[in-house]
Amino acid sequence: MILDGRCPPGSLSEKWERHRHEMKLVSPVNKRKYRIIVVGTGLAGASAAATLGELGYTVEAICYQDSARRAHSIAAQGGINAAKNYPNDGDSVFRLFHDTIKGGDFRSREANVYRLAEVSGCIIDQCVAQGVPFARDYAGYLVNRSFGGAQVSRTFYARGQTGQQLLLGAYSALSRQVKEGTVTLRPRTEMLDLVVVDGEAKGITVRDLVTGEIRSVGGDAVCLCTGGYMNVFYLSTNSMGGNVTAAYRAYKKGAFLRTRAYTQIHPTCIPVTGEHQSKLTLMSESLRNDGRVWVPRIRGDRRLPREIPEEERDYYLERKYPSFGNLAPRDISSRAAKEVCDEGHGVGPGGRGVYLDFADAIARLGEGTIRERYGNLFEMYERITAENAYERPMRIYPAPHYAMGGLWVDYNLQSTIPGLFVLGEANFSDHGANRLGASALMQGLADGYFIIPYTIADYLARIKPGKVVRGHPEFLKSVEECKAFVGRLLSIKGKRTVNEFHRELGSVMWENVGMIRSRESLAGALKQISELRAEFWKNVRVPGGEEELNQELEKAGRVADFIEFAELMIRDALHRNESCGGHFRVEYQTAEGEAKRDDENFCYVAAWEYKGPEAEPELHTEPLLFENVQLAVRSYK
Amino acid sequence: MNLTLFVWRQKGPGAQGGLEEYQAKDISPDMSFLEMLDVVNEDLIKDGKNPIAFDHDCREGICGMCSQVVNGVPHGPRERTTICQLHMRHFRDGDALYIEPWRARAFPVIKDLIVDRTSLDRIIQSGGYMSVHTGGVPDANAVLIPKHDADTAMDAAECIGCGACVAACPNGSAMLFAAAKVAHLAQLPQGRAEAAQRVCVMTEAMLKEGFGNCSNHYECQAVCPKGIKVKFIAKLNREFLKAELRSCGTPEAGTPSRD
Repeated sequence: MILDGRCPPGSLSEKWERHRHEMKLVSPVNKRKYRIIVVGTGLAGASAAATLGELGYTVEAICYQDSARRAHSIAAQGGINAAKNYPNDGDSVFRLFHDTIKGGDFRSREANVYRLAEVSGCIIDQCVAQGVPFARDYAGYLVNRSFGGAQVSRTFYARGQTGQQLLLGAYSALSRQVKEGTVTLRPRTEMLDLVVVDGEAKGITVRDLVTGEIRSVGGDAVCLCTGGYMNVFYLSTNSMGGNVTAAYRAYKKGAFLRTRAYTQIHPTCIPVTGEHQSKLTLMSESLRNDGRVWVPRIRGDRRLPREIPEEERDYYLERKYPSFGNLAPRDISSRAAKEVCDEGHGVGPGGRGVYLDFADAIARLGEGTIRERYGNLFEMYERITAENAYERPMRIYPAPHYAMGGLWVDYNLQSTIPGLFVLGEANFSDHGANRLGASALMQGLADGYFIIPYTIADYLARIKPGKVVRGHPEFLKSVEECKAFVGRLLSIKGKRTVNEFHRELGSVMWENVGMIRSRESLAGALKQISELRAEFWKNVRVPGGEEELNQELEKAGRVADFIEFAELMIRDALHRNESCGGHFRVEYQTAEGEAKRDDENFCYVAAWEYKGPEAEPELHTEPLLFENVQLAVRSYK
Repeated sequence: MNLTLFVWRQKGPGAQGGLEEYQAKDISPDMSFLEMLDVVNEDLIKDGKNPIAFDHDCREGICGMCSQVVNGVPHGPRERTTICQLHMRHFRDGDALYIEPWRARAFPVIKDLIVDRTSLDRIIQSGGYMSVHTGGVPDANAVLIPKHDADTAMDAAECIGCGACVAACPNGSAMLFAAAKVAHLAQLPQGRAEAAQRVCVMTEAMLKEGFGNCSNHYECQAVCPKGIKVKFIAKLNREFLKAELRSCGTPEAGTPSRD
């Protein structure tokens, strides 16, 4: 089937404007009659729930954390992009659009990306009005920094905690709506299933993580704002609880999942120290504004970094990509780091690390300036590694970070199931095959504050509110299925813990489906994962009971879904016989080792349809048309 | 390294809890404190026992979910460090560690080391925000904010809402938490319009939730993983006094002037 993204006609700059006027509205007196369920309270979820509440809809927002303020958007460090052009350095809506399309290796939808660039400025205005304390100069004006993949400074930031401040802004807007009575918050609640009635999304089934009660929640529309799936690699920069369950169960109910092979491996993370490691910590990309990346020219050089003279260092990013240098995009920087380490130039334990050196910047600007810009990051680095990065270079290595794939959505952010909307990292639309730094925060808030409030009305206006009640057989069936799933996990009483399975899954995925993939590695991984799945359902041990707070049970459900999801991810990577952005297949590269796209055969969005537990999923495609940018080889040299 | 742990175990909200002894064996100094507990939990599961329940999520020191008292100190012995960012190299082989949940009237225990902190959310919901709708706001550079004010607001806004300040306070007061929000918003020109009302309703909400009052022990500042300063409590008190003088939070109070 050929999917239609339903992009409005007209020139790029007219599309959104025109579409907003053509969409239906819900009258103010009727809004409260519609109940909207929002799953997840990160930047996309909190901003959507707050804004929909402000408009007068009845909103129910759920999250698995103990408070809506803790979603993992909070950990974003570096900043948020916006085409404000305050520095007068040549930025514009079109340039942000163009950078994002190019950064995504020409695998995103033009109309969506342009709309994102258009609303980017409003996000900054909104956040300032909420009290987000962005960095300012002495005259009181906002200041900007640069991020990878751009030659202008368009990134706004609040020290190294931009995600935290933006999320607290959205959380405060959400709290205000809780007081107003438009939003009901349900923390410590996890979505287990999507309820579909007559082909439309009419509710979800949830588990109360404190009491263990499984029940359904009915509504007129559902917004999934549940983030990415990078914990499929076990070790990632995502939060421990981050999972694919909501999206995956929606997929099983008929929503198409889009090109999941696009995974972002972030180049600047603290390297792994040992087997015990439970997660990886990111060091913001913004550090590459002032830090220089290098490795020793001599293989296996064990000298202290300061003892290695300048001529024996290889500043490989500056050497290979002179015009972008240390600010080359993430996919390129990560692969370059892996390459030099594979060649034996890596530093630190196991040779899996490269230096990020601030000595030049400190000499030029003084330690005080560097401390002011990145103080908290240096502190965090010191806490984890016990090394002082003001004195010796940081050691960094790539780590799984962000998912560009997700549930397929149209221009209205609606999935293939009417009434199911997907926002933020959980959808797929804006970042193509690779996301540029500081764009995730922008997209999450754009979706929540400025897009869904318009597009959801167009759906709601076409249906009668409260048409489906919770007593409907589909709800009862969904609750029974979820109870059976949980019961099955508890009844296995095997020998291996959930973590052991998760760790094994992660290691298979990282080795074979990580930064570099080949037909052989993917085929091998597919076999290993299907064996792992069989073993999981025979031999997992989940202690405790159903009707209580049971963290192992929560994890078990998530890992079960990750294992199935991994198979899909591999199938997607196998089918895409090209390299682009975060998807690098060794068979498809240029003579210089860069990704080689195949626009002739793969310039489309792959969306997969669930066909049953043992059946292979079916591939559908949405062709990508580029009318405003030239498809070109992506070069940062 | 090997350690002896005494961990608070409690089945449910109303149940009787108590300390139980566990051995943490072959712990690497590079592990984080929570990774050490992961190891203990894996052993417990293999022994057919229930693992220790504890809250955690980002493990980067920013989400504010982790919450454990180690040897009497919330978030453990290291300054400005959440328990998830505390590494085992700061302990010695053979150490005995007492691990307990946050203890405060407003934080009832749910299970083991997990407590209910929704009381903090309710303080924010009472009015810890700017009343701004999405859309229709001025350009971000239309209102200038002197660097010093923006920086001071940021110092306060860094609060992660973990509740360590409450757990450390002999009165179980949430004064530092509330003050951080009051000071953050009151420091910005956008936040002045509602400043008087905000400080009144948040203070009232704090008392209603069962948090104690502040009597200047400064334990909160000592344990705050983000280094939030007690000077913000002084700021809250100043804001409160100003508001009181203008008859707290009533419509007649109007908008207090800048000073």
